[in-house]
Amino acid sequence: MFLKKIAQALGLAAFLCCTQAAWALPADLVLAVAAGDSDEQVAAVGKLVASGDAGVDAYFQALLEGVVQVAGGRRVLIVKDTQGIDAASGEKVDPLPADLEDAIVNNRLRGTLEGARSALKLSSPDRALRLAAVKSLEDGAREEMLPLIATALARETDPQIRQSLTLVQAGIQLKSADAALRLAAVKALAQSDNPNTKMLLLGRLEKKGEVYAEPDAAVRDAAQATLKAVQARLSTADRINQVFTGVSLGSILLLAALGLAITYGLMGVINMAHGELIMVGAYGTYLVQNLFRAQLPALFDWYLLAAVPAAFFASALVGILLERSVIRFLYGRPLETLLATWGISLILIQSVRTLYGAQNVQVENPVWMSGGVELMANVVFPWNRVLIIGFAAAVLLLVWFVLTRTRLGLFVRAVTQNRGMASCVGVPTARVDTLAFGLGSGIAGLAGCALSQIGNVGPDLGQTYIVDSFMVVVLGGVGQLAGTVYAALGLGMANKFLEAWSGAVLAKIAILAFIIVFIQKRPQGLFALKGRMADS
Amino acid sequence: MERRSFVKSIAAGAVVAAASLIPGHYALAADTIKVGILHSLSGTMAISETVLKDVTLMAIDDINAKGGVLGKKLEPVVVDPASNWPLFAEKARQLLSQDKVAVVFGCWTSVSRKSVLPVFEELNGLLFYPVQYEGEELSKNVFYTGAAPNQQAIPAVEYLLSKEGGGAKRFVLLGTDYVYPRTTNKILRAFLHSKGIQDKDIDEKYTPFGHSDYQTIVADIKKFSAGGKTAVVSTINGDSNVPFYKELGNAGLKATDVPVVAFSVGEEELRGVDTKPLVGHLAAWNYFMSMKNPANTAWKKQWADYAKAKKLPNADKPLTNDPMEAAWIGIHMWKQAVEKAKTTDVDKVIAAMAGQTFTAPSGITSTMDTKNHHLHKSVFIGEVKSDGQFNVVWKTKGPVKAQPWSPFIPENVGKKDEPAKMSVKVSQK
Repeated sequence: MFLKKIAQALGLAAFLCCTQAAWALPADLVLAVAAGDSDEQVAAVGKLVASGDAGVDAYFQALLEGVVQVAGGRRVLIVKDTQGIDAASGEKVDPLPADLEDAIVNNRLRGTLEGARSALKLSSPDRALRLAAVKSLEDGAREEMLPLIATALARETDPQIRQSLTLVQAGIQLKSADAALRLAAVKALAQSDNPNTKMLLLGRLEKKGEVYAEPDAAVRDAAQATLKAVQARLSTADRINQVFTGVSLGSILLLAALGLAITYGLMGVINMAHGELIMVGAYGTYLVQNLFRAQLPALFDWYLLAAVPAAFFASALVGILLERSVIRFLYGRPLETLLATWGISLILIQSVRTLYGAQNVQVENPVWMSGGVELMANVVFPWNRVLIIGFAAAVLLLVWFVLTRTRLGLFVRAVTQNRGMASCVGVPTARVDTLAFGLGSGIAGLAGCALSQIGNVGPDLGQTYIVDSFMVVVLGGVGQLAGTVYAALGLGMANKFLEAWSGAVLAKIAILAFIIVFIQKRPQGLFALKGRMADS
Repeated sequence: MERRSFVKSIAAGAVVAAASLIPGHYALAADTIKVGILHSLSGTMAISETVLKDVTLMAIDDINAKGGVLGKKLEPVVVDPASNWPLFAEKARQLLSQDKVAVVFGCWTSVSRKSVLPVFEELNGLLFYPVQYEGEELSKNVFYTGAAPNQQAIPAVEYLLSKEGGGAKRFVLLGTDYVYPRTTNKILRAFLHSKGIQDKDIDEKYTPFGHSDYQTIVADIKKFSAGGKTAVVSTINGDSNVPFYKELGNAGLKATDVPVVAFSVGEEELRGVDTKPLVGHLAAWNYFMSMKNPANTAWKKQWADYAKAKKLPNADKPLTNDPMEAAWIGIHMWKQAVEKAKTTDVDKVIAAMAGQTFTAPSGITSTMDTKNHHLHKSVFIGEVKSDGQFNVVWKTKGPVKAQPWSPFIPENVGKKDEPAKMSVKVSQK
């Protein structure tokens, strides 16, 4: 089996070597693609595709990669690492001519080339390649490709690819001169879930003065029906997208607020430096990234895994220091705590500014966090958002576990509910306070690590999240973990739905106004602690 | 009572001290000419403005090394208005009345320029503003070395409408919520109307400064684009561009489907963004780092050497961009005007600025208009390449004269293409 593969690879390599010297493209068409005006370029691409020569794909690929150069406005070369190949003949050119200029590939040409390469791939023996090709053709196929698509359709046996091919063909046939063909095409398109189809149909239904783009009334009626079906599918996709963005924003709010739910919610410390603890976590991530880049470049893509604990401990350490040196002297004095922690937040911002500069620092996404997964046409979930939702859930689980299933959690709850009694039965309240504050701060650090993947990391990072964090905790009900979760998701959803409806600026104002009214009516938040609190 | 008299005596002492300082001040000014640099070095705009401070300092070093201006060395006074618009006005006042600078190079956002404008007009200062902007302003105390709308926005949209630009039929006008995007979009809407594009095919959207969640916006663009060939015109400013382009790449919105043309995104803003998914998105500027000509090659080398020598952050990957070029042109033209006027007196320098020429790194000889305080500039449209640089795909035939009063805004009919003589009184009405 293995040997067979090697043999195949060798065969392929040999084939490539041969074709390199053996393709023969019409030189005038090659030149027209590289240096003609826009219309000539597109026409020449169509003609080259129809020629079916083996060199076409290599030439198009080189154009898309931006390695095609024109010598003296006549000869077209593919230049890779100072090695030149004549694009028309595939022969080596040595030495390179001096008067080389880059061939300019603009969006229109790039789109045409990508479509052409997809059309060429339709005859590939690999099913996955064919499927990818036909999927990209659904986004826009050109008339010149119709013969290629027709041959591919005649040959294709895979039902899924056939289905897609039919749609692509129908999309092109919409402009056919034959009314019956157009009608069939419109009916076939009813199965489509691609936004491009809507665009094509709207184009046919357009009315210029008294004349429709589509002259036949029967075809127009069919097009209306198809449009309805496609639109229904598209609006489902919209709703899914909206819910996802809401959950995504909610997960970010949750991450930012969870730490505060412990320090403020459970312990009652109005911690204005919470945002800066998030910022410390983000800078921790930045430092780990730099460390990996300098020391372990091979493992760079996995630096985030190391950054998560680093961010946690960095922020937890800062938090513990804060608690031991300042906050423990101020328990039970909310006003002084507020002022002192605000001062600390300013000190933290300024020290980061001094150490790392006032400008934003760059935290790069690892490769596995870039891009997205396409669930259905028009529904793409970006990986970084998906992973952050998962991360938020994991952190939530961790907090829940620590608070309800560990000895520390038991102590924290005991101290929160009745400090005096807890102390009487031997709970070391001062140490519990320190550890709980450290935990809350560490979770803020985790939030910073996650936020570094979607936003900017700078000294002011914390300032953007402090208001949101307090909003979530207060709305959810102080002292309640479940309340924080509901409030975060609720605010995320509300914000996103309002944003879709009224724009980002108004949505933000509306949310703040809502919170003001809500707190007036229900100061204890969504979920109030029932029973008697010792402190109150 | 006692305290009050104590305060009084302190105040009196301060006045005396200040008065005694003034002669010393002038003695110092005799050896050097002070120039102010007013760019945000922290906050949301620092991403764009910090390099402008650096390139201005490089120009000052360069001028000083060649003997200074009128035989005197230039002495930079750098202040940080921290992306805080009222602070811009305070710092401008400090530069003009306390440091007594001969000229100020500064501002990026239009809101910051609007904030300092009354100060410059009141104290008769001189400001060189190096960034493309929305027009609708013409002050005798300001020289605008960036592009006016007809030198950037209008040609860019014309390109998007053309066949080679994709033949867009629908437009999303997306911006940060302040005066520059709002005015630019007002002009563009009127321009699009004149091209037969109706309101239902134009979608205007704004986000606050520092906005970082572009999911809904990108999803909306996708939805809007299903109604016809769509292009996005982005006037997003500052570090919000990073999350916007990240979201665009992650959501798989390709330039071949929906091209985004940006007016405030250059090489510097794309640093640290993975540009592979962004290939083909556009920017319209009067300069790109990728331009091939001897002036640019020399300038890029000078900048790279300077960044390395001064250990600037990112010195390992030095980038140049359009506002840096405009800042470079501005300070050199000011030097030429001072030498022509043989004084740094503001009114005489303003008179000497008319018609100044300078060979810019873009390879074009920029000319200061004799009347309207704007440069004649060529317009280039570039597409993002996978390495974060731009490929010039379109350019104007030659330099274009600026129209600060856009003809697409009806109220501008009959406005004069030069600053009002009594600008102070007019603005106080």
